[in-house]
Amino acid sequence: MAGSTGKKKKNNIGTFLNAVKISFKDIGVTFVEGDFKTRLSYLIFGFGPILRGQILIGAVLLLLEVLFFWYMAGFGWQYLSKISTLGTVATQKVGRKTVYGDNSFLILLFGVLSAFAVIAFITVWYLNIRENRKEELLLKSGKRLPSNKESFLSLFDKNFDKTLLFLPVTGIFVFTVLPIVFMICVAFTNYDANHQAPSNLFTWVGIENFKNLVSFGTEGFGPTFLQVLAWTLVWAFFATFIDYFLGLGVAILINKKGIRFKKLWRTILVMTIAVPQFVSLLYIMKMFANDGLINGYLIKWGIIKNAIPFWTDPTLAKITIIVVNIWIGIPYLMLIATGLLMNIPEDLYESARIDGANGWQMFKSITLPYMLFVTGPFILTQFTGNLNNFNVIYLLTQGKPQSMSLAGNAGNTDLLVTWLYKMTVNDTNYKMAAVIGIMVFIVTAIFALGVYGLLPSVKDEEGFQ
Amino acid sequence: MNKSYKTKRAIGNAIAYIVLILISIIWLFPFVGLVLQSFRSYATEYGGMVDYLVPKQFSLDNYTFLFSGETNYIRWYANTLVIAFFVTVFQTIIILCVSYALSRMRFAGRELLMRFWLILGLFPGFLTMICLYFLLKQFGLTQAGAIPGLILVSVASSGMGYYVCKGYFDTIPKALDEAARIDGATRARIFFTMIIPMSKPIIIYTALVAFMAPWCDYVFASYVAFGHDQSYNVAVAMTRWVWTNDYQGYFTRFCAGGVLIAIPVTLLFMFLQKYYVEGVTGGAVKG
Repeated sequence: MAGSTGKKKKNNIGTFLNAVKISFKDIGVTFVEGDFKTRLSYLIFGFGPILRGQILIGAVLLLLEVLFFWYMAGFGWQYLSKISTLGTVATQKVGRKTVYGDNSFLILLFGVLSAFAVIAFITVWYLNIRENRKEELLLKSGKRLPSNKESFLSLFDKNFDKTLLFLPVTGIFVFTVLPIVFMICVAFTNYDANHQAPSNLFTWVGIENFKNLVSFGTEGFGPTFLQVLAWTLVWAFFATFIDYFLGLGVAILINKKGIRFKKLWRTILVMTIAVPQFVSLLYIMKMFANDGLINGYLIKWGIIKNAIPFWTDPTLAKITIIVVNIWIGIPYLMLIATGLLMNIPEDLYESARIDGANGWQMFKSITLPYMLFVTGPFILTQFTGNLNNFNVIYLLTQGKPQSMSLAGNAGNTDLLVTWLYKMTVNDTNYKMAAVIGIMVFIVTAIFALGVYGLLPSVKDEEGFQ
Repeated sequence: MNKSYKTKRAIGNAIAYIVLILISIIWLFPFVGLVLQSFRSYATEYGGMVDYLVPKQFSLDNYTFLFSGETNYIRWYANTLVIAFFVTVFQTIIILCVSYALSRMRFAGRELLMRFWLILGLFPGFLTMICLYFLLKQFGLTQAGAIPGLILVSVASSGMGYYVCKGYFDTIPKALDEAARIDGATRARIFFTMIIPMSKPIIIYTALVAFMAPWCDYVFASYVAFGHDQSYNVAVAMTRWVWTNDYQGYFTRFCAGGVLIAIPVTLLFMFLQKYYVEGVTGGAVKG
């Protein structure tokens, strides 16, 4: 399996390199074979199309070029030029006045943005050349160029995908791609509480932060990272599989022949999904608190003397979280399993019954294999979702109980994501937060991409039909 | 033989009923508790944690408090409604557009885009929090302007959540498109007059999921609106009542506020449950 994916990747890289080679050849051929309109378009975008009557396309290309230079001259260059140092002029106090120097944060952020602008500029340049080439070839073969109206209308037909995707792709670029690239960069700087922009500068430190993450000295994050990572994996494992099997069980129970009020039972469970989690989870958190209802009644009834420390004992807190998560998780699984159970052909059970199989045997050899096969990818999504399950942990414990032995203010029930959140919000330790974020990505990617290819339902799509 | 089978079955069903009743009690208990405690009198009893479930005296103290003007509860509620409304509308439109483009059209870079978005989705959302905060701040969309800011951020990245909707579009036969194209319909026309009317269940599912999310948005909302009471949503505002120790007496008020939030959202959900189940099940099988 690994071998074949490796081969596939090599092929991908191969086709990519090939495409690059062809592009360069294109650029050269177009220039050599092109007329003066095309050649001048290498400098003035859209020059050729405008002269050939393709005013709409030409004007857009020209506008993009003008916009780029206007952006770079007025805004982008001052940041991009300082990106190698992230600023050298510190903010100073002169008498009572504060004289602001370089703002490392903005330099990094807009530097990254400008770098993207340069890449976009080169892309537009290339598209501009291709457009010229296309027009020349069309004219040479004696065909007519599309009119301006036609090229505009193609945005609703042949090129409708560009119209549809323009806004979503832009949005994702500005609010997801740019911030992620920025934060990956932050992981290689010393941006933390002592280096806050704009009063202080921060700068590149190489892989210092990653060394810190795996260093086991007194100051190092190593032991804490391992502990939090281990709990994250343990939590995701239990949260996924306990919920899966119990949810499946409940679904089978409700589906059982002769059970009435099926809709009622389902509706009761579905309430959990409907009520906003911050209401239900915060209430449950208080229910299990030392002065909460459960302890209150247990003490009143004389079952226990002292309150059970559901949230304050590290081990007990972990168990309580997993138990409460069952309350959250079963309804989802029940819904999904109910739909799928009905897809299992009834005659499979029929013939098993004739062969004298009992309920457990039928579950073991028909229901379970079918469900596992069909829901394989879903279990994986659940697992990666649980690795990053912020809401349940944060609303229930906020990662507490705290521990003196853990670095970076991590608590005993912190997942990597809640730890990352705390480091951002409470400690403003952005550099380590960025490093943890990258680690979360790596762990999630290993499961999401690595395990995905090994699933039977992915390997063999026809397998169970 | 037949008789013993019947008794066996009756016993089996009886056990099943007992288990189901137990499950129902466990699952409903928090909600019953929430409602009961929201009616506990603030004046004659205590607003904090007590060791009994049923209030000694039912009263509407906590509810009147919410609307008395001592807090901005109405404002928070309106904020959340506004956010939920706009996010629902725009997110649904964006997801439909992306799904149609990816399901129906074949263009250069399609595979690349899908793979790229898949990988982007593996980064934890909170990683980018500070960066987003400063981006929004540049446009004045934090603190006082937090509501449009939150809408913008939710809507901007919603294109990546196209999986379920695209999966649904994939099941609509392509032959329909081709027939329409032969009749001279443009892609846009097919999208608006054919695909969208056929996709009612998935549109409702997408809208419902989009509508539910803002009611739980604590993390980013609290960061963007930090310190500006007027721009809080219900989750940010009321979470303080439970967490901060100064707010001990606010527990029953939290319950009352929670009930008022839960009722409309739950009713809406129950009403549209059928579509939700279809969407979730379809999404789960395709992964």
